[in-house]
Amino acid sequence: MNHLGDYQVIVVGAGHAGIEAAHAAAKLGARTALFTLSLDGIGNMPCNPSIGGTAKGHLVREIDALGGVMGRAADATTLQSRMLNRGKGPAVHSLRAQIDRQAYHSYTKHFLEKTDNLDIKQGEIVDLALEDGRVTGVYTRLGGYYGAQAVVLCTGTNLGGRIFVGDASVESGPDGQHAANLLGQRLRQAGLPLRRFKTGTPARVHRRSIDFSVLEPQPGEEPPEPFSFLTPDGGVKNQVDCHIAYTNPETHRIILDNLHRSPLYGGMIEGIGPRYCPSIEDKVVRFSEKERHQIFVEPCGLDTEEMYLQGMSSSLPEDVQNAMYRTIKGFEHIEILRPAYAIEYDCIDPTALQLTLETRAIRGLYGAGQFNGTSGYEEAAAQGLLAGMNAALQVLGKEQVVLARHTSYLGTLVDDLVTKGVMDPYRMMTSRSEYRLTLRQDNADERLTPIGRQAGLVDDERWAHFCRTMEIKEKETKRLEQTSVKAAELNRVLEERGIAPVEKGGPAAELLRRPELNYELIAQVIGWGEGVDWRMAARITTEIKYAGYISRQQRAIKQVKRLENAAIPADFDYAPLSGLRLEAREKLAKIRPVNLAQAGRIPGVSPADLAVLSVAVTAAAREKKEKQEE
Amino acid sequence: METTIVALATPPGAGGIAVVRLSGPESYPIAQAVFRPMNEEKRVMEAKGYTALFGHFIARGKVLDEGVALFFRAPRSYTGEDVIELSCHGGMVIAQSLIEACIDAGAVPAGPGEYTKRAFLNGRMSLTQAEAVMDLISAAGRQGAALAESALNGALARQIEGYKQQLVQLAGHLAAWVDFPEEDVPALEDDALRQTLETVLFGVSRLIEGYGAGAVLRQGVDVAIVGSPNVGKSTLLNLLAGFDRAIVTPIAGTTRDVVEQAVMLGGVRLNLFDTAGLRETGDVVEAEGIRRSRRKLEEAGLVLAVFDGSSPVTREDRELADACKGRRAIALVNKSDLDQQFDETVLEGSFARVLRISAGRGEGMAQLEQAVEQVLGVADLDTSAPCLVNQRQLAAAVSARGALQEALDALAAGFGLDAVSVCVDDALAALCQLAGEDASESVIEEVFSKFCVGK
Repeated sequence: MNHLGDYQVIVVGAGHAGIEAAHAAAKLGARTALFTLSLDGIGNMPCNPSIGGTAKGHLVREIDALGGVMGRAADATTLQSRMLNRGKGPAVHSLRAQIDRQAYHSYTKHFLEKTDNLDIKQGEIVDLALEDGRVTGVYTRLGGYYGAQAVVLCTGTNLGGRIFVGDASVESGPDGQHAANLLGQRLRQAGLPLRRFKTGTPARVHRRSIDFSVLEPQPGEEPPEPFSFLTPDGGVKNQVDCHIAYTNPETHRIILDNLHRSPLYGGMIEGIGPRYCPSIEDKVVRFSEKERHQIFVEPCGLDTEEMYLQGMSSSLPEDVQNAMYRTIKGFEHIEILRPAYAIEYDCIDPTALQLTLETRAIRGLYGAGQFNGTSGYEEAAAQGLLAGMNAALQVLGKEQVVLARHTSYLGTLVDDLVTKGVMDPYRMMTSRSEYRLTLRQDNADERLTPIGRQAGLVDDERWAHFCRTMEIKEKETKRLEQTSVKAAELNRVLEERGIAPVEKGGPAAELLRRPELNYELIAQVIGWGEGVDWRMAARITTEIKYAGYISRQQRAIKQVKRLENAAIPADFDYAPLSGLRLEAREKLAKIRPVNLAQAGRIPGVSPADLAVLSVAVTAAAREKKEKQEE
Repeated sequence: METTIVALATPPGAGGIAVVRLSGPESYPIAQAVFRPMNEEKRVMEAKGYTALFGHFIARGKVLDEGVALFFRAPRSYTGEDVIELSCHGGMVIAQSLIEACIDAGAVPAGPGEYTKRAFLNGRMSLTQAEAVMDLISAAGRQGAALAESALNGALARQIEGYKQQLVQLAGHLAAWVDFPEEDVPALEDDALRQTLETVLFGVSRLIEGYGAGAVLRQGVDVAIVGSPNVGKSTLLNLLAGFDRAIVTPIAGTTRDVVEQAVMLGGVRLNLFDTAGLRETGDVVEAEGIRRSRRKLEEAGLVLAVFDGSSPVTREDRELADACKGRRAIALVNKSDLDQQFDETVLEGSFARVLRISAGRGEGMAQLEQAVEQVLGVADLDTSAPCLVNQRQLAAAVSARGALQEALDALAAGFGLDAVSVCVDDALAALCQLAGEDASESVIEEVFSKFCVGK
């Protein structure tokens, strides 16, 4: 064995989870190493060349607010940006950007190379060193050994990866990277509950083979908004258009005629695919009444002719892929550069994790991203940040961070994974958060930057920027509450715009509550606040207009916090609690909730069970205290 | 603890006094919302522990009853929390309305053994009692679960399931539309949205109202017989008492001038209150009697207003008709056997029903029985119809109703569908709670089964 070095934190995998994990751990001051199968695979986007979207855009803002990488990297490499869901309410506005895939890889690779405390190493991790139930190091494929106090697994679809195209099936990771087959076996031996999940990706095609004149163009939105709170207005530019194409009955006929050649329908794939990311064969079979399905044609970068076909994920054989793509208007002469494929991989049952993302079975071993049963770059990155941060906090002897559901989508995601488990790859959705009016993308900094600062992830520059933002917001909110607007003056502005006049004036904040009025109209009368830009104006307006709903959610949060404060000891014994129903006792013993709030969210734990538990927990705490006093 | 709980502390059923007990951090604000001290200088929020205030109980903006509030400041109370005991007059209708008003103001119905549990958690009980408490809770919990299960069988379960399905569809559609903006998920038309919300709101409201009707069957309803002197109120009372021989013992504590008697009329138990005649008077004692009559008129679940058909309309008659507006009230134009001088047009718009009777001859009693059943909403009350059977179900239904109303308000006020969808989620969660299920996954499932979304 070649003992080649020692680290405090080792991160396995340099995808979106690994990047954030390595950066967060190093930033907190832990000596960190990042292992990747190939340096050329750092920050790769093996599926869609885009970042953000509904709820995912929220996650990117949260990563940024905590001091992570993804927001800045996306802003630096954006090709086109759009705020989705405008007109559906500010809580669900979601930013989505097309990204230059190569540029993103280069940016993140270089970013990590410049990060202090971080070593980047090309190598496959094949085994973990374990001692007394804790991880102490890793072994590489080439026979090297590195000591580690904590290890974060961000293995993506490489772990036990197997690709399917028709009846061909190859051991492989994404985009031609090789699969990591040895580590999975070792994890199984160590008692971790691994399972098989499946996902897929559409073909990449040559730009010159598409007739864009018959497709519907989809330009970016002006002015484009950045992800990062640190990127100034004008920091991102729209540089490309996307296009929309449609399948037709002929496409569907070809798919249905060849269904028996699909590994999904032929029974070769055992992994469970995501419900929200169906392959085109799934769509055609399950939604047979639909005459057409939408396809987005997205450029992969400025210095490549590769185009991504969103909506056409498939595992059909290559000849069928050729035939079905060519039935589509504008795709008659399509030239496939990379065929669509399905990929199966190993991941963990996330109920084996704690809310810190550390495994329960092996101390010091953390997981993030697809390894934890999620899907998506943003979901992965967010977990990576949390896992890397907590791994570092643990080895540095500090208290680890658990994000409650009401703080963030990230907290919601982790709680869903750990408390409820997953049946298929988990994707973030706004409808998963009961606090979504409070968890907006515009206020991620307010929710999380102080937590990031406390943990040591937020540097002075970001902190100063945040404090300035809060100062502007506070001052402007106060000004709006205290400045009176005369009806006559406002009505002059309204008349010019053809808006019905108001009957009486009042404080600007009061007037802003009216659905037909906005900040810009009122600012015509009282002027723009000092330091207030469009983003801040929209943010303050939302808080004023939605005050009633927001305070309602705040009340709900206050209630749940009381339950969160009722901690359950990690070694709590549920077996003697005869008052609990058997199902509840088993679930509680398996999930081991950290407090009563989490216990109450476990499926199968009833309010009566919770009442019994709360009495038992208090009794145990009191008994312990009395013993100590004796 | 997390919430403020409310429950009836005295045994259910008829009794002289009913005590509704609040316990928890919000006890004072909730009491303030439902109780108004008679002495206007007194403030509920400032009431010290171990003190009492006399005042009015308020439900939905109306005076419900008068009574006493007893205050206990944490930690010096049974549970160790702020506790307030509201003593109102016996009879389930008032206590029930008071509990509903407390729930409206933010209280939640107490779970099985919850007061005792809180007492323990707050250190008001010794460690050795803990196990006993837990056994109590789990036994009550099991029993409660079994009860809830049996109660949810059949009609109610089907009805709730129907509403749930409608809301799941709605929430699923909203979620798909919001979470997959780039897919061709059709937008939800405001009208369709409103219609679904209104349909469910109507149904849930009917269930809640039905709870009252069910309670009427079980516990009876207070009926005030009012009218000017000598229009035949006492004759009517005697007639009603004789109409059905199942006279219940007069309730203890009856006042000199408000006579109470319970009779069965067509399957409904009526707690009859004959009141002093309403008229202007200089007599102090009579004035007090009249004041009480008016209050009884305010409190009663049903008003029988008696008029003299053989005399022209008086000013008092007009005033009485006005006072009955918006109440559950039946006008009885008495003395139909004499020459009729009474102009009935004055009664229009004030009464649910107008009947001509002759109390002296016992005519019109069958019609009265029918009218009482109709006005109380028990005429069509099919015992096999969906019906909320307990406080827990009622509370869930009340919170579903609130959320649905809020969703409609948000829609009407032009808020984004994000605000609407949060209210729909709340309503769905409340209905699922009613049925004892978890809502969140059903919505997500709906999204992926009904809409073709994803890359």
